[in-house]
Amino acid sequence: MAMFMLFCMIYLIPGDPAAVALGPRATEAMREALHIKMGLDRPVWVQFLNFFTDAWTGDLGREVLSDRPVLDVVMEQLPHTLILIAGGIGWSVALGIPLGAWAALKRGSPAERIIGIASVAVIAIPSFVIAIYALLVFAVHLRWLPAIGAGEPGDFKDQAMHLILPSLAVGLGWVGYIARMVRASMLEVLEATHIRTARAFGLPERMITYRYALTIAILPTVTLLGVGIGHMLSSAVFAEIVFARPGVGKLVYDAILTRNYPLVTGGVLVTTVLFVLINLFADLVVGSLDPRVRSRF
Amino acid sequence: MSLPTVNLLTIRDLNVRFATERGELHALRDVGLDIGKERIVGIVGESGCGKSTLINAILGLLANNGRIDGGRILFNGRDLTRLDPKSMQALRGIEIATVFQDPMGALNPVISVGRQMRNIQYRSSLRNKEKDARSVAMLQRVRIPDAKQALHRFPHEFSGGMKQRIAIAMALMMEPALLIADEPTTALDATLEVATIDLLKDLQAGIGCSVLFISHHLGVIAELCDEVVVMYAGEVVERGSTSQVFNHPNHPYTARLLECDPARQAKRTRLLPTIPGEIPDLRHRPPGCIFASRCADHRSACQAPPPEIEVDNGHFARCIHARHHDENSRSRRP
Ligand SMILES: Nc1ncnc2c1ncn2[C@@H]1O[C@H](COP(=O)(O)OP(=O)(O)OP(=O)(O)O)[C@@H](O)[C@H]1O
Ligand SMILES: [Mg+2]
Repeated sequence: MAMFMLFCMIYLIPGDPAAVALGPRATEAMREALHIKMGLDRPVWVQFLNFFTDAWTGDLGREVLSDRPVLDVVMEQLPHTLILIAGGIGWSVALGIPLGAWAALKRGSPAERIIGIASVAVIAIPSFVIAIYALLVFAVHLRWLPAIGAGEPGDFKDQAMHLILPSLAVGLGWVGYIARMVRASMLEVLEATHIRTARAFGLPERMITYRYALTIAILPTVTLLGVGIGHMLSSAVFAEIVFARPGVGKLVYDAILTRNYPLVTGGVLVTTVLFVLINLFADLVVGSLDPRVRSRF
Repeated sequence: MSLPTVNLLTIRDLNVRFATERGELHALRDVGLDIGKERIVGIVGESGCGKSTLINAILGLLANNGRIDGGRILFNGRDLTRLDPKSMQALRGIEIATVFQDPMGALNPVISVGRQMRNIQYRSSLRNKEKDARSVAMLQRVRIPDAKQALHRFPHEFSGGMKQRIAIAMALMMEPALLIADEPTTALDATLEVATIDLLKDLQAGIGCSVLFISHHLGVIAELCDEVVVMYAGEVVERGSTSQVFNHPNHPYTARLLECDPARQAKRTRLLPTIPGEIPDLRHRPPGCIFASRCADHRSACQAPPPEIEVDNGHFARCIHARHHDENSRSRRP
């Protein structure tokens, strides 16, 4: 289903891919030849069927410009995107969970209200706006962090420095979602009978908060992140473009500009598979954290 | 002030109020009761009469909108209403342990039973192995099969009755002086209820603790308790030994409650008698007798707060009609 929609959308992009690929000085014969090679001369449904059956076997075709297998090209870029998203999740979890828990514990205080407003604010701001402002403030103006690229390959510290801003742009909106989610579920858990039992046993308040309540309150966060991965992937596209980082998002973006259709379909398809896999992974993580779910496996 | 040393817990003139959106709710008014050492005291009363509020007040675990507004809760001579939160926490779990109403939700769902039992012993200097051994011993005492294995399991893997027994095991592990049980059997079916009551009785005798047992099931109270406290709309209307209260009820509410108990009904009628009228709104408490609006026998004198009259040795009723046993029915006394 997803593949069908993807195929349709790409087909509807105006412009002849062969013409764009070959440039204005190409002859009619050259364009014809490329059409045949790309399969664009055949009927639409045949194109789709070919694409579909090939994709099942892991063959995403060859890209137009360098004639390399699409899968190889996409896989080459995938680690950059994965690291970016992992960084985004890192930011959102590292800030969102403590802020949400804190807001729940300081219920009714100004701190809770500020966290509440800030959460909504960061959710409402689109990630590319965050990306651009982060770039301007921290990289251009303050010069604390590098502006563009992914850093020297092999130089871990350099790569990490290059990761901070783009991953913040990807993750900041999720800080808001997670803070709100953790706050709500924390408030709910703190009302539960077992927390009252724990208090009645005189357990220290710290143990109750962190071991008895928070471990339950963060469970919905994992599911939320699993579902939110799609949203993060789209933020990653913007972050990669703004920060000129290598990655699948940047790859697909460039491929669209050059009408490099096999690369576009391949890139999007790999991301879709990634989305499904990450969701599955999120379910497994919930299972490992929640014995009630675990026993159902 | 000299204190009666026989009592483990003495409550006098306890008032609890809750701040609510629609005004202040006077949940407990002038509540008083005594729990002797190694005695089992039951509290009966309809839903909403303040039984849970009372135990939360004892434990220092009232909801944030609640406060104690006068009165004393003397535990081993110490007034718990004046204790700071730290000392109160030090008391909970060690000297006063609690089993709550809802066995399904009383245990933490994501922490193993063994871990939870170990956490309860966090104040002890024993090593983890020794703590676990104590947990196993306690689980065996409440007849959990395969107690060693049970440590590694999670609450949802046990049945309701087993969960309740585990909760009892946890509560009694530190051998508290007072066990508070808030309707521990309400969620269980009848057979399990009997088994749990027997178990509680055994354990109480073994440990030698006092028990404050809350139930709205009169049969269970009669079976288990030495003494009964009858509560109505946040007040103690009658208290005394189980036989005193059940055989010679002096407050009209107690009398009606006993009539309403299905278990006590002879086959005279198919209809269950209910007490006409409703519990008064605790936000606008009538100044006089709290039961007046539902009482068949109410007079103008009931507009004033009734005194607590000692009708027999240790048997009190808060009703102007209450008479000392000798005046009331000479014939019943030997
Ligand atoms: N946190 C609170 N805020 C406001 N009112 C409360 C609060 N807790 C209890 N109450 C009120 O106090 C009264 C006594 O409630 P409580 O829970 O003590 O009754 P109960 O006798 O334990 O009832 P049940 O048998 O249903 O458990 C009720 O009218 C209830 O609505
Ligand atoms: Mg209750």
